[in-house]
Amino acid sequence: MATHTITVTVNGAPRTAEVESRLLLVHFIRETLGMTGTHIGCDTSHCGACTVLLDGEPVKSCTMLAVQADGRQVMTVEGLEKDAKLDPIQEGFMQEHGLQCGFCTPGMMLTSYALLRRNKQPTEDEIRHAISGNLCRCTGYVNIVKAVQYAAAKQQ
Amino acid sequence: MAPKTTAEVGGMGHSIKRKEDPRFIRGQGHYVDDVVLPNMLYLDIVRSPFAHAKIKAIRTENALKVPGVLAVITGETLKQYNLHWMPTLMSDTQMVLPVEKVMYQSQEVAGVIATSRYAAADGVEAVEVDYEPLPVVVDPFKALEPGAPVLRTDKKDKKDNRIFHWEVGDRAATDKAFAEADVKVQQDIYIPRIHVASIETCGCVADFDRVRGKLTVYMTTQAPHAIRTVVALVAGHVGLSEEKIRIISPDIGGGFGGKVPVYPGYVIAIAASVVTGHPVKWIEDRMENLQADSFARDYHMKAEVAAKKDGTMTAIRIKTVADHGYTDAAANPSKFPAGMFSICTGSYGFKNAFAEVDGVYTNKPPGGIAYRCSFRVTEAVHAVERMADVLAQELKMDPAELRLKNFIPPEQFPYHSALGWEYDSGNYAGALKKAMEIIGYDALRKEQAEKRKRGELMGIGISSFTEIVGAGPSKHFDILGIKMFDSCEIRVHPTGKAIARFGTKSQGQGHETTYAQIVAEELGIPAAHVEVEEGDTDTAPYGLGTYASRSTPVAGAAGAMAARKIRDKAKKIAAYLLEVSEDDLVWEPGKFSVKGAPQKSKTIQEIAFAAYTNHPQGMEAGLEAVSYYDPPNLTFPFGSYICVVDIDRGTGMVKIRRFVAVDDCGNIINPMIVDGQIHGGLTMGMAPALLEEISYDENGNIQGGSFMDYLLPTAVETPKWETAKTVTPSPHHPLGAKGVGESATVGAPPAVANAVVDALAHLGVRHIDIPITPEKVWKILKEKGVAE
Amino acid sequence: MIPATFDYHAPGSLADAITLLDKLGDEAKVLSGGMSLLPMLKIRLAQVAHLVDIGRIPGLDYIKEEGGTLKIGAATKESALERSDLIRSKYPILLDTALVIADPIVRNRATAGGNLAHGDPANDHPATMLALGASIVARGPKGERTIPVDQFFKGLFTTALAANEILTEIRIPTPPARSGGAYVKLERKVGDFATAGAAAQVTLAANGTIEKAGIGLTNAGPTPIKAVEAEKFLAGKKPDDATLQEAGRLAAKATNPSADRRGSVEYKREMARVHTVRALKAAIRRAGGQ
Repeated sequence: MATHTITVTVNGAPRTAEVESRLLLVHFIRETLGMTGTHIGCDTSHCGACTVLLDGEPVKSCTMLAVQADGRQVMTVEGLEKDAKLDPIQEGFMQEHGLQCGFCTPGMMLTSYALLRRNKQPTEDEIRHAISGNLCRCTGYVNIVKAVQYAAAKQQ
Repeated sequence: MAPKTTAEVGGMGHSIKRKEDPRFIRGQGHYVDDVVLPNMLYLDIVRSPFAHAKIKAIRTENALKVPGVLAVITGETLKQYNLHWMPTLMSDTQMVLPVEKVMYQSQEVAGVIATSRYAAADGVEAVEVDYEPLPVVVDPFKALEPGAPVLRTDKKDKKDNRIFHWEVGDRAATDKAFAEADVKVQQDIYIPRIHVASIETCGCVADFDRVRGKLTVYMTTQAPHAIRTVVALVAGHVGLSEEKIRIISPDIGGGFGGKVPVYPGYVIAIAASVVTGHPVKWIEDRMENLQADSFARDYHMKAEVAAKKDGTMTAIRIKTVADHGYTDAAANPSKFPAGMFSICTGSYGFKNAFAEVDGVYTNKPPGGIAYRCSFRVTEAVHAVERMADVLAQELKMDPAELRLKNFIPPEQFPYHSALGWEYDSGNYAGALKKAMEIIGYDALRKEQAEKRKRGELMGIGISSFTEIVGAGPSKHFDILGIKMFDSCEIRVHPTGKAIARFGTKSQGQGHETTYAQIVAEELGIPAAHVEVEEGDTDTAPYGLGTYASRSTPVAGAAGAMAARKIRDKAKKIAAYLLEVSEDDLVWEPGKFSVKGAPQKSKTIQEIAFAAYTNHPQGMEAGLEAVSYYDPPNLTFPFGSYICVVDIDRGTGMVKIRRFVAVDDCGNIINPMIVDGQIHGGLTMGMAPALLEEISYDENGNIQGGSFMDYLLPTAVETPKWETAKTVTPSPHHPLGAKGVGESATVGAPPAVANAVVDALAHLGVRHIDIPITPEKVWKILKEKGVAE
Repeated sequence: MIPATFDYHAPGSLADAITLLDKLGDEAKVLSGGMSLLPMLKIRLAQVAHLVDIGRIPGLDYIKEEGGTLKIGAATKESALERSDLIRSKYPILLDTALVIADPIVRNRATAGGNLAHGDPANDHPATMLALGASIVARGPKGERTIPVDQFFKGLFTTALAANEILTEIRIPTPPARSGGAYVKLERKVGDFATAGAAAQVTLAANGTIEKAGIGLTNAGPTPIKAVEAEKFLAGKKPDDATLQEAGRLAAKATNPSADRRGSVEYKREMARVHTVRALKAAIRRAGGQ
C-alpha cells in the first residue's frame, strides 16, 4: 500500500499526515483532521456537499485525492468565521433563511464566498449559475439567492 | 393576522431567525456520519447484481484475507438468531440478508465488517457469490396475470403476486352516476417511481455496550421512538429489551419520508455491534441510496370523471395498480394500505366516488413510502387535478372556470366527502382567485391565443389541491398498533426558561424554532429561552415522528396543550401570590393580572420562580407538563398553483416561465419558515414533473441509479417561485394551524403537467405522463407536424 | 464509494512523466483534472495500478496566440477558458463550450486536455475542436507529434494517444476575418452530458456566401463526429434557411447514436440536426452574416 506524507494548509494551519494514495480529500478533511463540516452527498461530483476551496476556488473534495492537495491551501466551512466574526455569507444564509437541513449549506456557502470574491455584485442569474454545481433538496434555492445577495450588499 | 406576542417574545406570526442555524452555518451540525466512537468498525454491504436469483454459495475466504476485514455477515449468520427476516411497517416481511434468493437488483447479500471504510469496501469487492438467475417480473400488470411466477415463495400459502386489494366508496352509486352522466372522461395516468434523494444518505452507528447490555444507535430516522419499539420487538428474543435500547436521531440532512423505514443496513450494523462488541458505522453511498432504499409512487391509475354538460362533476372513479416491489414496505398507517389515496375527490363536491387499489409484488426494491407527502396524497391529487383539466378540455371550458364551478363552497365546511373524510375548513375559490389575480390569468390567456396564431407554444396550468395531513386520530390511525398521537413535555425552570421535548424529529423543517414559538405563544416565555429537543428516545416523550406533515398538526398541538397545562398551574400559583381567586385573573402573553387592577400582576418568570421557591401548600412543586395529543381530526391544507410554461419547438424542452403558489395552511407559526417550506416543496414537485424517474429494464436492471441519471434540479432549472397566502384556520387544532411542509410537493406536479398539456391542447393533446421529458414532448410535436 | 488501491506518482517534469509512463505501460493511467477518471475509479468501473498525475508539471497551463495559432496547454482548466479575455473576445465557440461542461465547480478541476484525452464522445470539447480543425500535440519517449483532431478519436474511450504519450497542447488555427463559431448543447439539466450537441465554425466570403464550415457533433455516436458531408455541402452556398436545414439533415445522417435515458436513436438524430442548424445560425451571426 503506497503512502505519502502530505502537508495541506487547512484554514491557514499546515496539517501534515501520512496518507494512502487513494485517500479522498474529503476523508482527509473529515476523518484524518476530524473537521466534519464538509459533507458527502453523492460520491460522483454531482451534488457539491463536499465543496471546499482549493487555493481559493471551489472544488468537490469527494472527487479529489488528498495527495493532490499536498502543498496547497484548503479552506473549509470551519474557516469562514474569523476572530469570532461571521463572514457575511454566513450571516446572509441565516438572515435570509438560506438553509433548512444544513447538509448542503457548507458547500453552498463556500461556492458563494468564492463567487463574491470574483464578482462583487452578481446578478440573480449569475448567482444561480455559480451555485449550479451545488444541489439543495430543501430550499428551492430562492432564499439561497437572497442570502448571496445579502452578503454582496453587506460587503459593499 | 397580527402577532399576539411582541417580537422579543417571538410567538406565532413572527419570522424569527432559526435557532438551529448558528451551528449549521459554522459546519457544526452533527449528522450521523460525524459520529465517531472509540474502536469503531465499519460496515459495507455486498449487493446483488441480479433482480431475481437463487444464491448458490457465498464465499468469504478472500474477503477475510483483506487487511482490516474482521468478519463477513451473511443471511446464514443472522438465521442463527432468527434475524434474517424482519417485519415491514405494513405487516409484510422483508429480508435483512437473504438465505435462499435475492429479489431485486442491489439487494443486500452480505455485510463486511472492517477496521476502516476503505478496508470494508475492499472486502465487499472480494466476497464471491454464485447466483442462479430466476425469471424476473418487472411489470406489475404481468405480475397479476395467471401463470406469472409467484415471487414470494417464502410465504407458504401465497399463490399469486397480489399483496392486497383495497377499495373505498360506494361502487354501485358511482357506477349509476356514470351511467346517468352527460359527459364521461377517462385517462390512464402513471406516476413513476421516484426517490426522495435527500442530500444526506441513510446510515447509523450502532453501539452495543456488552457490560451494561445497552444498545445505542445513532440513526438517520424520522421516527426514533417507533424504531426503538420495532428493534425491541424484532430483537427481543436475543436479549435486547426496550429500556436497554436508545435511538438517537442526530441532525438529519433531509428526510422527506425516506428515513422512516427500517433498512437492512441498520439491522446488520446492530447485529454486527452486538456480535463484535464494537461500535459499527454504516453509511450508504448515493448509489445504494437510490438503488435500494424505499421508493415512492409507482401508481398506475385509470381515472374517470362523470359530469353534467354544464361542467358540474358528479362522480370520480379510479382503479389503481400499485407496484410495491418485492415486499410492501410502505410506511402508511396500518389500516390504510393505499394511504390517504381516498382524498382523490380533491377540492370538489363530488357526490359519488369509488377508488380501488391492488398492491402487487415485483422484482424491484420494496417501498411505497411518501416523497414529501402524506401517504399517497400526491398520487390522488395528480389524478383529480389532471382529470379536472381533461374534463375542461372535453367540455371546451376554461380550467379555472370548471374548478370554480365545482369547488366545495366555504359554507359547507366541515365538509363530508364522498369517500368518508371530514374536511376541516377551506376556501378554495379564495385561493384560486388570488393566484389568478397575481399571475394575471386573463392577460396570459390572451397572450396564449396570440402566440398560437404565430405557432408558438405556451401553456397555463392550474392545480387547486387539497391535502390531508396530521395523522392521526387514534380511532383509525396506528402504525403496527401504536396509535398516531404525538407528544410534548415542557419543563419551566426556576428562572422562567424552559426546555420542551417532542416525539417528532426535524430534518430541516426548523422545529427548534417553530416549537419554541408555540411555547412562547402560549406562555409568553421568549422563544429564545425555550430549548427544544427531539430525537433521543432516552429523554424525549414517545411520539410517532415527523412525516406526512404531522409535526405541527399533532406534536405542535401537543406543545400548545402541554403549555396550557402549565398555564393552568401557573394561574393557581399566580392567584396564591396575588391573593385573589383564579377567577379574578386575566392572562395576556407572559403574565396574569388582576381584573380591573392591571398593575397587580405576576409574570410567568415570577410564577416559575415561585413554583420552586414559594408554591402553595398542598400543591406539588415545579412547573412541568406532558401532553400526548390525539388529534380529533386530520387537517386539510389547500392551495391553488398556476404555472406558465414555454415549449421549445425544436427540442421539446419545457421551460417554466412563472409559477405562482397560493397556499393556505391555516394559522402560521413562522412566515419565513413557511415560505421556505413552500419553496422547497415546489422544487420537489417540479422535479418529478419534469426530471426525476427511476425505471427498470426487462431484466430488472435499474435505470437512474446515480445522480448522473437521477436528475435533481439545480438553481438554474428551478424557477423563481412566487408565493402568497390565504389563511383559513383549522377549527379543531388548538393553534388553528394545519401543517405545510408537503403542500407544494403535492400541488405542483399537476400544475406543471396541466401547463404543458395546455400548451399542446389545441393540437388535440389531452395527457402526458410525468416526468415530461423533452423527448416525450418532441414526439408529440413531431406527430402533430409542428416540430421545428 | 472508495477506489481500489493504486500507487500515485506526481512527476515534476514532462520528461519524468513520460519515462514513468513508458516504464509502467498499461498499468498506468494519466491523471489530469480527474473529473472523469476519479468517479470511474470510485465506482470501480476502472482499476489501475498507477496514477501518474500531470497536474504538478509546470508549463502545461496557458492560453496564448502565437503565429496564427491559438495554443491551449493541456492542463488548462475549463474555468480558465471561461475567464480568459482572449477566449471571450476572439473564440466565443470555446466560451460556449466551456460554459456547458459539467458544472462550475467541476470546471475548476476539469482540464481541456483531459476532456479530449478521455475519448468520451459525450464530452464537449471534441465537437468544438472538430469544428475548429484543431490539432492535438502529444509527447512520448520519441518526442513530439501533432495529430489532426479528426484523426484523434479512435473508438469509445480510445484515442490516438499511446500509453506512454501525454497530450500537451491543443492548437487551433486562428480563424480569418468574417469567421464565427458557436456550440449549442441539449442537456436535461446543468451537469448532464449532452443529449446532443453541435459545434459550428464558419468563415464567410466577402459576398456573404459560406467559404468554409466546420461541424462537430457531441454524443452522436461511439466517437465524436465530424459532419463532413454537411461541411462540404455548405461550402460556397448562401447561408439561407433551406441551406442550413439541408446541412442539418446531412449532419444528422452522419450520426450513429445509441439509445439511453437521454433519448431514443431517432430523437438524438433529430436533436443533432436541430442543434447543427442552431449552431450554424449562431456561427453565421457571429461571423457577421445574416
